[in-house]
Amino acid sequence: MDFFIHLLINGISIGFLYGLAAMGFVMIFKSSSVLNFAHGELMALGAFVFLVLIGWAELPVYVAFPLALAGSFLLGFVVERIFLRPLIGEPLIYVIMLTVGLASIFKGIMLFIWGGNLYTFPDFLPAGLAIHWGSINIPPVYVVSIAIGLIFLMLFGLFFKYSSQGIYMRSVADNQPAALSLGVHVRKVFALSWAIAALVAGMSGIVLGIINGINVHDLSSIGLKVFPVVILGGLDSIGGAVIGGIIIGLLETFTGGYLSTSLRDVVPYVALVFILMVKPYGLFGLIEIERV
Amino acid sequence: MRKLHFHPCGNFNERYEQELTIFETDFGRASLVVGLVMLFAIVPYASGPYLIYVLNMVAITAIAAIGLNILTGFTGQLSLGHGAFIGVGAYAAAILATKAGFPFILAVPAAGSITAFVGVLFGLPSGRLKGLYLTIATLAGQFIIEYLLVHWEGLTEGTMGIVLPGVSIFGIALDSDRSFFYVVYVCLIVMTLIAVNIMRTSYGRAFIAIRDNDRAAEGMGIPIFPYKLLSFGISSFYAGIAGALWAYYMISITTEPFNLGLSVEYIAMIIIGGLGSITGAIYGAIFITGLNEGLRWLTDILMGVDIFSKAGFSMAPLRELAFGSAIVLFILLEPRGLAEVWRIIRSNFRLWPFSY
Repeated sequence: MDFFIHLLINGISIGFLYGLAAMGFVMIFKSSSVLNFAHGELMALGAFVFLVLIGWAELPVYVAFPLALAGSFLLGFVVERIFLRPLIGEPLIYVIMLTVGLASIFKGIMLFIWGGNLYTFPDFLPAGLAIHWGSINIPPVYVVSIAIGLIFLMLFGLFFKYSSQGIYMRSVADNQPAALSLGVHVRKVFALSWAIAALVAGMSGIVLGIINGINVHDLSSIGLKVFPVVILGGLDSIGGAVIGGIIIGLLETFTGGYLSTSLRDVVPYVALVFILMVKPYGLFGLIEIERV
Repeated sequence: MRKLHFHPCGNFNERYEQELTIFETDFGRASLVVGLVMLFAIVPYASGPYLIYVLNMVAITAIAAIGLNILTGFTGQLSLGHGAFIGVGAYAAAILATKAGFPFILAVPAAGSITAFVGVLFGLPSGRLKGLYLTIATLAGQFIIEYLLVHWEGLTEGTMGIVLPGVSIFGIALDSDRSFFYVVYVCLIVMTLIAVNIMRTSYGRAFIAIRDNDRAAEGMGIPIFPYKLLSFGISSFYAGIAGALWAYYMISITTEPFNLGLSVEYIAMIIIGGLGSITGAIYGAIFITGLNEGLRWLTDILMGVDIFSKAGFSMAPLRELAFGSAIVLFILLEPRGLAEVWRIIRSNFRLWPFSY
């Protein structure tokens, strides 16, 4: 039973991280219906920037964290400005292949600078954040990740529902030409959504890095694991991303714990195929109905 | 004797046959024949073993790239699992050859058919959805197939790999690069011919209609789901043939090469060559194979330099960077790829000195 509870808590915490990673992905999809294959690399870049700031420049955490996030925000902005803006109005498939190319470029650059080694952050979270409750023991990192996940979930929910920028983003995602003709500043919307997505990606990269250490290959494969998560939750649902993340996280830890560890990494993708067969628009996704 | 056709100065087509014709001019047909004769009669004897090896790899990758271009360039569905499907083809051929004792000439098409079946299996859940769900499903396919290749040890020998028996066709042993050259290039020509002709039929036009506007296509009475699946099946068949040839050519195969990186490489190929162009896929295969060999050469040189070898320099980051940049630059600067560049160069020659 202890083992079960241990796995349960582990799964939920990892799931929250997946959800967090998926949020940035959903952000881009919601505003431009682009599947961002460079998401894992954006996560890794954020984590590496944080590593440089905290390990090499030896800045205190409360300075380094906002700085790393600001760096990610800027990176998202620049990526959009240089690579994606020329493609506004082009077929989506080009944009998606562009993100595949971007993923390779980022990965190459990171491998050049840091190599494929595993780096770890110095331990800086106060131990007081840990939760002890009977035999249950949640380490501080997981508490922080769950807290951050909940905060961002709420912020995004409010942003898309009430702020004018959020509504613009939804309109652009729904129909880009129509949004353009109604006077929505599509370029601004894209720039902002990529910047925010990169920020969220960087943050989730940092949190993941605290838990597992940072490694280019690991983080980019987590960037791909976002796909089962968002398909399960629904491609355009922020809340669905978190719930999908938790389900996938649980699925992974339970297969890892009870069946076999090698199956662990492939089980999200098996789940993905089943979801596509049974409930293709996910738990909370918008069902597109088209009649000819 | 009929009149020789030359390029007119504009589009003067009056009948559908003129639109559908493969060779617009007799000059094109003649130059193709000359080119093929040179390819088979001169090239294998004029080039050294390394060059023949590279040329064989070009042909094998070109077959798979044509397959991906049918799916992505003509039907508008992006696949991220092409590398794994090539792996399925390679393993299917290897297993048929070693365990079932299939001869080469049967094993290759059989491997293609098995891969087509596996492809359709992964296409089934996503084909009925609009948009880029096939991309996501093929991503899942990539990981699932990779896992199965490594862990289904009863069938695939896992990480040990499989060694294929020697090959012979009609009693002629294929034991040199040169003899393989003929087999591989005959396959390439046949597969290219099939692809070109598929695109001239109503099936090909239906694929293009689905790419350009799926709603309109459905309105015109094209059942989208079966056609998407068909396109995916054809694409996987090409991947399977390429994989089978690859396995026979390499003699021993392991699971390692068939990863996501290979899939991305093929995407790079068709973007660089030109989406929606059969010859473009071949240009892309030439470009990427050349780039691969060039990078290997560059890495060898850099490894000799003291600073780089001390820094633990390897080829992987360089490759990632080169492929990524190639994809991004071509999409931004020439989204129609090398095929378009070639067309522009040709028409510049044709129209010179009056460029309009």
